[in-house]
Amino acid sequence: MATLHTRSSARLMMAPAVIMLLVWMAVPLAMTLYFSFLRYNLLTPGLEEWVGFFNYKYFLTDPAFGDALVNTLLLVGGVLLITVIGGTMLALLLDQPFFGQGIVRLMVIAPFFVMPTVSALVWKNMFMHPVYGLFAYVWKLFGLEPVDWLASLPLFSITMMVAWQWLPFATLILLTALQSLDEEQKEAAEMDGAGFFSKFVYIVLPHLARAITVVILIETIFLLSVFAEILVTTSGGPGTQSTNITYLVYTQALLQFDVGGASAGGIIAVILANIVAFFLIRLIGKNLEA
Amino acid sequence: MARAISPRRKAFFTLIGWTIGLAIFFPILWTFLTSFKTEGEAIASPPSLLFFDWTTENYSEVQSRSDYFKHAMNSVVISFGSTILGLLIAIPSAWAMAFSPTKRTKDILMWMLSTKMLPPVGVLVPIYLIFRDWNLLDTRLGLTIVMTLINLPIIVWMLYTYFKEIPGDILEAARMDGASLAKEIVYVLAPMAVPGIASTMLLNIILAWNEAFWTLNLSAAKAAPLTAFIASYSSPEGLFWAKLSAASTLAIAPILVLGWFSQRQLVRGLTFGAVK
Repeated sequence: MATLHTRSSARLMMAPAVIMLLVWMAVPLAMTLYFSFLRYNLLTPGLEEWVGFFNYKYFLTDPAFGDALVNTLLLVGGVLLITVIGGTMLALLLDQPFFGQGIVRLMVIAPFFVMPTVSALVWKNMFMHPVYGLFAYVWKLFGLEPVDWLASLPLFSITMMVAWQWLPFATLILLTALQSLDEEQKEAAEMDGAGFFSKFVYIVLPHLARAITVVILIETIFLLSVFAEILVTTSGGPGTQSTNITYLVYTQALLQFDVGGASAGGIIAVILANIVAFFLIRLIGKNLEA
Repeated sequence: MARAISPRRKAFFTLIGWTIGLAIFFPILWTFLTSFKTEGEAIASPPSLLFFDWTTENYSEVQSRSDYFKHAMNSVVISFGSTILGLLIAIPSAWAMAFSPTKRTKDILMWMLSTKMLPPVGVLVPIYLIFRDWNLLDTRLGLTIVMTLINLPIIVWMLYTYFKEIPGDILEAARMDGASLAKEIVYVLAPMAVPGIASTMLLNIILAWNEAFWTLNLSAAKAAPLTAFIASYSSPEGLFWAKLSAASTLAIAPILVLGWFSQRQLVRGLTFGAVK
């Protein structure tokens, strides 16, 4: 019953949000694309010139790019593995009735609300410090040589920190999905003599499949852009051992002032993210019709 | 029908649940405890869990040495400001999409979502240069604008999923009963829309409070919110863990409490309604 009148006022109501987002997305992205074809360094203003695909060639053949790409994939993959498996197990646990369940649930989701810089500095200093950190203390307790986590295992350490922050997200979403599972279906399976594992594999897991997909896709979007944790702990080092694509573009832009190179890197990051986004959008779009 | 649960089974899960819960929560608890220690005790070996001389001097020190309050205010202004601004822009838009949808509504929603998936480094350079040229670097105004824009898609989406649940027929009924537009809004729509708007607001404040890419890149001493302020502790001189802990506790405590209240909305907001 939308009349012509209401339809045009609806359009008017939508306009501010649409226009602002359009400007926010299109203008800077177009500028990045344009810059990526220029030789453009903030230290040598006035010397900008068109260089075609030079920046892309430079960025893609830079050994640091290969390292950063591998690190990005390892970081995203590692965190996904830990949070999806850990999150599923935690969700199953929190779905069981026990004393103080509500409090345990609050404790489990708490890390998600800790800002990335706090989380990174707390882990770096109070836990992973090679001399005074709690891990060093525990290692010595067992007669082991303390590990200098961020120097010898930088990417692994950062993966752990980030996984700690994202585990609550996976848990919370999987728990929500789990609680919508029909109780009677489980009971029927139990009466048919299904054990824990067959119940899990044939009933719970298929029910969770959708939620797990959502967790994987959304986490991937955010994890491709992990930045603060790297900045305040290792600054991408030693060497490029913990540099991801986001951090590499940042160093290129704001530390080396190479606008052209950084822009080419930015465009490459956008393309990578788009591959993931393509699947996510389709998944959520399907849900919208239902 | 609740199933009977054997006490042994319940005791077993209570033990496992609390052990794992405490393990995950431990870094936060440890930060909280360390904030009340002296710097010497903070690095003592063996570490003391509860039996140390509790002191609150770290909290006053953090304020007097680095003007904590100014940065906290920056966080408040930026996160609340961007949330309110975002709601003002998003409410009409989500309202229109929920109540007078057209063929293109779905496409617009999807497109808005896709802007959220643009990695920030893709636009870091131009935004930085624009901010530099317009003197927006290290200003609360600049950060509030950026924060509004990056969270706008989430706000529109969340509001849309809430508004869609309001039955359109009820408006019709109110109109038949002779309610004026003002009455319709105050007595019929607002009571049904307010819970959704409140949840959206809560989640968005949390997200803006913790955002750390743009705040780190676009702010320095003046407008730095707590995310950037805490980052300055990454290269300090001397003993500083107790002070780091005090600053961290102050930075995360308010948002942790807000977060605990908004668990349910969090799932809905962060999955764009795909999991409820």
